[in-house]
Amino acid sequence: MEEEVEMEGWHQLYPGHIPTSPLQKVLLAAGSAVMALCDPYRHGKAGERSACHPHMVAVLGETTGCLALPNLRDKMKNHPEGYRILRERPRIRLSTLDMARLQGLPDGSLGREYVRFLENNVSVGFHGVQIPVADPCAWSTGEIGATELSWTSLDLQKVSPDTRMPPKFVDDEELAYVIQRYREVHDLMHTLLGMPTNMLGEVVVKWFEAIQTGLPMCVLGAAFGPVRLSTRKLQVLATELVPWAIRSGLNASCVLNIYYEQRWEQPVESLREELGIFPPPAVRV
Amino acid sequence: MIYQVFENVAKKYDVMNDSMTLGIHRVWKDILVHKMNPCPGTLLLDVAGGTGDIAFRFINYVRSVRKRQLQRKLKHHQNLSWQEIFESYQKDEFNSLGDSQVVVCDINREMLKVGKQKAQHLGYSEGLSWVLGNAEELPFDDDKFDVYTIAFGIRNVTRIDLALQEAYRVLKPGGRFLCLEFSHVSNPLLSRLYDLYSFQVIPVLGEVIAGDWRSYQYLVESIRQFPPQEELKAMIEDAGFFKA
Repeated sequence: MEEEVEMEGWHQLYPGHIPTSPLQKVLLAAGSAVMALCDPYRHGKAGERSACHPHMVAVLGETTGCLALPNLRDKMKNHPEGYRILRERPRIRLSTLDMARLQGLPDGSLGREYVRFLENNVSVGFHGVQIPVADPCAWSTGEIGATELSWTSLDLQKVSPDTRMPPKFVDDEELAYVIQRYREVHDLMHTLLGMPTNMLGEVVVKWFEAIQTGLPMCVLGAAFGPVRLSTRKLQVLATELVPWAIRSGLNASCVLNIYYEQRWEQPVESLREELGIFPPPAVRV
Repeated sequence: MIYQVFENVAKKYDVMNDSMTLGIHRVWKDILVHKMNPCPGTLLLDVAGGTGDIAFRFINYVRSVRKRQLQRKLKHHQNLSWQEIFESYQKDEFNSLGDSQVVVCDINREMLKVGKQKAQHLGYSEGLSWVLGNAEELPFDDDKFDVYTIAFGIRNVTRIDLALQEAYRVLKPGGRFLCLEFSHVSNPLLSRLYDLYSFQVIPVLGEVIAGDWRSYQYLVESIRQFPPQEELKAMIEDAGFFKA
């Protein structure tokens, strides 16, 4: 429903905002936690408006972020680049990204690697038939779901940054932007950490994000994500990947303080060094 | 806007009803059909019948009445040969509904779609038809139906008086109008609890189960805006009905 309906007593702070009472937030957090934990990967069938999982994770994030989000916002405010981001409110969307230009950048640059990451996800056109590939990324940030993507048979890249769900339950317009920025920057986290979007890669990114942002949703994801992994993967996770993610997360400065849109040409390695992310361990993820 | 609400929630409609009322809505619908007490041969029009809850209950009820009828008939045929009994039973088998029929009419295509799928899934085929139509302007002739039901649908109609007039028109003389709807709670304590539940819990359920907060916020508010029982009774009588 795109219409903005005039409902009694509604005080919208931003488009899409649904004001909620504290009781409602608690109920939402509980409900979304239950639904999200059920089966985080299940996407709705095409055309079906699903409440599930990526959506539920997003709702959970918004309703529990009341402490972490102001913290993040303050970190951004106190940093020159972060401050600029808060002021200028850049959004990462297909319409603002110059895909052709990014594709033309040298290998190893942030832009080129980001596009490569997008190309390897979600849908692969095959003789005009859409073959949806499960996008675990959607789980971790609250993407609307594969159904909302635009399916074209010839384009290979269709993890669309546009599919990040806009916030609804955050009661502060600036904090709503912060969580939106976090969602839109998630793909870049994958790129920076060199983690693919399979279950293992997602969990690793979640650990990193949990340390960096303190968002309860990330913490829950980091804690419960591994439940579905095989023993071998769990081993790799526990012995190599998580310790690295934690060390990097603690060592790195706030990842939301980088104006990524102005750094497409910068090599990923240099950006890692600048942030303080240690080189990823040499394991197959 | 109402159309979009039901379009969005159609697939989760039944799940949401179960969650919001903790399954009690089934009891209410059962009671409605029991009050209706249809006999075989009844022609029912179920308006705003969307996902078919009333229609299926009607069919079940008529089937069981019919079965009892047949059993009683057989009891009276003490002197028939086995062959004759077998034949008469067979003949009536094909008429398990006794010519009863229900027409489910809904303005929303999505709701009808879900209803049809349910019917298929549950094995309902005969005596059932699905029609797209507007309660304020029904696509049926005058004096056609024995019973008209509208369960939890009338509050979504913009002009209730028109819907009532249409109901009067398509019903045969002597036909009955049955309406199942939420009413106002007079007890102040209950009323507050009810409000609390409605406004705090239901939209959350809507978001968590159907991914649609707004539709269920609308639902709760539309219930509040619906005319109270007495007013509705007056409107029904205005349309020409007796014994409201």
